[in-house]
Amino acid sequence: MVETARYRILPHTADGKFQAYGRTAEEAFGNAALALSSLMWDWSSVEPRIRRRIETSGRDREQLLVKFLGEIVYLFDARQFLLGRVEELRILPRPGGFGLEAVLAGETLAPGREIHGGVKAVTYHDLRIEERDGVTVQVVVDM
Amino acid sequence: MELRRIDENSWEIPAEGPMRVPAVVYASARLLEDIRRDQTLAQARNVACLPGLVRRSYVMPDAHQGYGFPIGGVAAFDPDEGIISPGGVGYDINCGVRLLRTDFTEEEVEGKRRELLAEIFKEVPAGVGKGGVTRLSRAVLKDILRRGAEWAVENGYGRAEDLERTEERGRMKDADVEDVSARALERGIPQLGTLGAGNHFLEIQKVREIYDPAAARAFGLTAPGQVMVMVHCGSRGLGHQVATDFIETMENAFGVAGLPDRELVNAPFRSTQGQRYYRAMCAAVNYAFANRQMIAHWVRDVFARVLGGAGGMDQVYDVCHNVAKVEEHEVDGRSRRLVVHRKGATRSFGPGRPEVPAAFRGVGQPVIIPGSMGTASFLLAGTAEAEALSFASTAHGAGRVMSRHEALRRFRGEKIRDDLARRGIELKSTSWKGVAEEAAEAYKDVEEVVRVSNALGLGRVVARLLPIGVMKG
Repeated sequence: MVETARYRILPHTADGKFQAYGRTAEEAFGNAALALSSLMWDWSSVEPRIRRRIETSGRDREQLLVKFLGEIVYLFDARQFLLGRVEELRILPRPGGFGLEAVLAGETLAPGREIHGGVKAVTYHDLRIEERDGVTVQVVVDM
Repeated sequence: MELRRIDENSWEIPAEGPMRVPAVVYASARLLEDIRRDQTLAQARNVACLPGLVRRSYVMPDAHQGYGFPIGGVAAFDPDEGIISPGGVGYDINCGVRLLRTDFTEEEVEGKRRELLAEIFKEVPAGVGKGGVTRLSRAVLKDILRRGAEWAVENGYGRAEDLERTEERGRMKDADVEDVSARALERGIPQLGTLGAGNHFLEIQKVREIYDPAAARAFGLTAPGQVMVMVHCGSRGLGHQVATDFIETMENAFGVAGLPDRELVNAPFRSTQGQRYYRAMCAAVNYAFANRQMIAHWVRDVFARVLGGAGGMDQVYDVCHNVAKVEEHEVDGRSRRLVVHRKGATRSFGPGRPEVPAAFRGVGQPVIIPGSMGTASFLLAGTAEAEALSFASTAHGAGRVMSRHEALRRFRGEKIRDDLARRGIELKSTSWKGVAEEAAEAYKDVEEVVRVSNALGLGRVVARLLPIGVMKG
């Protein structure tokens, strides 16, 4: 079982479910990105060789989280990019919702690395963002 | 939740509260036990609340919880009053199954089984992150999205007659690439011609039993021991992105207030957003048809090389498991055009339907129901009864009962390989962890699913197929 202070993988019949924690929403979102990556590869062994600056937005925090995690799924499929670390993540309130900026650090998929799962999409199913002694987010992904 | 038993294998959730119509569940008492364990029934009830739903919200025998709509759900909407929903199709648009017959017998391939599987494993890119064979240009990809399996055949992948034996002849004509996002295209480019991971697989199988000799003959099955090949995969990241994009688009346009579940987001079928999703979904369906067409071609190549011939390797059929289509159905004695969503369900058109290829028009369309890894798969025939029962639909597979997480805790991929080998099934995969997640014990009993489908008349069982070689992504 993958269990760290950053996140916890939870049982779910068909797919992948996790909770991620942080003192702030930024930290919880960053840990959610690592939890998502852990369903596909061992992020802790990925070196921060490439840095990608990303930006996204959402009409509420839930949509912002779904779209932020969607970036990781997209970058893996389209660019074979493996996330190893989230740097400089910032959530910015904006008229009509939120913006998010982050730097994603990682490697390009190379032969010999095991990819043990494929995430198709990030869903709104059972999605939760709770603030109580820090921030907890819960996400279900389609695998 | 209150369930009223209609007969041996049919149950009704009566319309109450915001439900516009009742929901109907097709399951034996045993399958219903599994179905009741998750949110499947609540999801079927939510679907019954959506505008323009015609007749009933239906649940197939293999149903389990999905996103918004249950997997194993069938819902038909009036095109003028009703909606279209990405959640009613699923993220893996046109996840489906293709079945090839061969002239080979089990004995003839026995000594070459390992080599066949090893060669297929080399030819067909498998798991996640495995790029396709060709780096496509955007222009070519767009052509594929317009023309589906037709493009593949014209470019040397397979035979013209394969198209006759594919749902929609391998091409949804309403596809429009202008509605497919740049991101979806980018995800689609490296993945064309790949199997993908998860429950997707490619199997060399043998016919174990034939229950309906006339239908079996029409489908190209000869006798027990005949070798078959089954390919189960979908539209890969391209389809997943189309679903993701339009969930956002529809939410931003119409909001989700009043929906019991954000994943039920939808748009009126006639709205701009509804039509754009429909056309983008058709494009993703075409991508999946081309994908399976290419994979089937490589499999034939391998058989020809290893066994010295692939002449008898005709396609039995290719079916969609996740799709929304505009179809004619009879409602209250008159024919109506409906937007039929099948999510984890197979079309089951009976004899006489014009969409059924001429060769099968006397027996009904082939319905292909894959089992889980290492278990039996089934070939059924569509029925006339299914029209009134489920808008001509039946089950699509086994359906999970155990989480991947729990399966990983309980099973070891290497041990599963050894156990399968003892039962005469060769297994190859890119990931042992992936194999453990797909252990047969994590799935419902496909035999019971098919038994119920047959008893109800949703699909008539024709033959039972057993794997002899499994390639898992």
